[in-house]
Amino acid sequence: MSQVLIIGVDGLVFASWLFLVSVGLSLIYGVLRILNVAHGSLFAVGAYSGASLVVAYSQAGNWPWGTLLALPAAALAAGLVLGPLVERGVLRWTYGREPVVQLLVTFSVFLILEDATKLLWGVSPYYAYQPYQLLGQVHIGGIDYPAYSFLLLLVAVVAGGGLWWFVRRTRFGRVVVAVIHDPEMSVALGVNLSRVYVATFALGTVLAALGGAFTAPMISVVPGIGVEVIVLAFAVVVVGGLGSLEGAAVGALLIGLVRAAAVHLLPVLELFTIYLVMAAVLLVRPLGLFGRVEVRRI
Amino acid sequence: MRRGGLWALAAVGVLAVAGVVLPRWLVFLLTLAFAKGVAVLSVVVLMRAGLVSFGQGLFFAAAAYAAGFAMRGWGLREALVLVPLGVAVAVLLGAVVGLLVARYRDIFFAMLTLAFSMVLYGVLIKAYTVTGGSDGIRIPTPSVLGISRAGDEARLLVYYLALACTAGSAWLVTRYAQAPAGYLAWAVRDNEVRVAYLGAPVNRIVYGAFLLASGLAGLGGVLTALNVGHVDPGLSYWTTSGELVFVAVLGGSGSVPGALAGAVVYEVLRSYAFKYAPYAWQMMLGAAMLVIILFLPGGVWSPVERWWRRQQA
Repeated sequence: MSQVLIIGVDGLVFASWLFLVSVGLSLIYGVLRILNVAHGSLFAVGAYSGASLVVAYSQAGNWPWGTLLALPAAALAAGLVLGPLVERGVLRWTYGREPVVQLLVTFSVFLILEDATKLLWGVSPYYAYQPYQLLGQVHIGGIDYPAYSFLLLLVAVVAGGGLWWFVRRTRFGRVVVAVIHDPEMSVALGVNLSRVYVATFALGTVLAALGGAFTAPMISVVPGIGVEVIVLAFAVVVVGGLGSLEGAAVGALLIGLVRAAAVHLLPVLELFTIYLVMAAVLLVRPLGLFGRVEVRRI
Repeated sequence: MRRGGLWALAAVGVLAVAGVVLPRWLVFLLTLAFAKGVAVLSVVVLMRAGLVSFGQGLFFAAAAYAAGFAMRGWGLREALVLVPLGVAVAVLLGAVVGLLVARYRDIFFAMLTLAFSMVLYGVLIKAYTVTGGSDGIRIPTPSVLGISRAGDEARLLVYYLALACTAGSAWLVTRYAQAPAGYLAWAVRDNEVRVAYLGAPVNRIVYGAFLLASGLAGLGGVLTALNVGHVDPGLSYWTTSGELVFVAVLGGSGSVPGALAGAVVYEVLRSYAFKYAPYAWQMMLGAAMLVIILFLPGGVWSPVERWWRRQQA
């Protein structure tokens, strides 16, 4: 019984992390129809800005709980600067071109951002452990968990819920949904497409950076952390169905729980679980669990 | 086309002489560039079918490690055995991975190949007792055709081996491009549904291209391993695969001479860039790739080619 509980908690925590780092990717794909390979480096930028802000804030000897606010603030700033920059500067020139071209373009952006982080923040690791330490431990089922893990869960729920509310309940969100379903028709009805694209990409970037910022206290922030994230995020998003927010949540839960089970029951498989889940889902449902079939032009 | 063959022969002749004339460090660099060029051809083959692979490092590394294990474990030294062995391992791996991957296109293909190569990277890092972890394995000097030399002469042997393999691969890929399978791959890129309606086996064409690409990437990997004398997990890391894609785009996707020339230029530039701008190198690559994709979709040579054609007309 206790093992089931442990696997459940571990899986849930890992799933919330997966959801945080992948939901932005799905959102951007849903609206812009571009798989943003640079997502991983946006995550890395978020982690670096979060970590450096926390370090600077703590060294100044400020109110310690403020570090928890520094993380989302850094993510917001990084995302709002970088998102419109990448979208207006690069991506908008590729709309309507072949997917392969768009893939190569976002890959180029990825290469540029990877080195930009190295030039900006250097190559030595950043440790932003303060928020992690601050929250201490929680006792569940005879085991101590870092309370920070549950903060992650909370952040994921808030981010997911907020996104859901934004898309379903606000005017702009409904415009976004219209664009997802039929960009041409939306333009005909007076939607400013480029505004929707900029805003969506900025939002997706903020989400990626948010994932990075809240990851920073749990790891040492070093160059190269972005690559693994793009592969993981892609796996999650593909399992759920590209472009679907509910899909990202379900994909994250599925992968998170399976991985937690593997870690505790069959540690050898840990490295492969994500890909096994992805391969299995794709074999049964090639468009993911929530994917919609699209009409193909002949 | 016959003129193209003559040009190729002339190039091989010049490079064969160059092996003796050029300084040793440049010969070493050229060998690396040839090995990379062969691997770039694998990306070119896939690009003909409209597919971008971010994971050719998978086959590159698998073949290199296969050669490394054969040398360390079985005491094999003969390059003419090791090279086919590495290629065979890569093709076998491609046959298995391809069963899943070749069913997908576009982003799915790209990300699945990336995922597979990163899995191999993870395995190579973690299986420390077998693979030496992130340190990799040292590889002894190979012999070619039973001739074994030490030091610089050994380097020269590997150089000629790489030159021969590169020329052979270039010929193979050119032939493939003119064969029905190659033309069909091109058609798949333009409109897969139509090709299927015309009665061509789309999935078999893509699978075939994937196998050919696996073998070529493997060949590049073995040659790199034999030249460097060392294999490490970095061969399977995404940067290796990314470089291959970059050079293929640089040379104009689909162009064989472009890919090989691109590999040489790239390798020389990289050796300097690592010295002077180690942290801005990828950034320059990315920026160059953006410029090429957005402004010169036919590759760096495309304006020259167009000018050449106008002169001939």
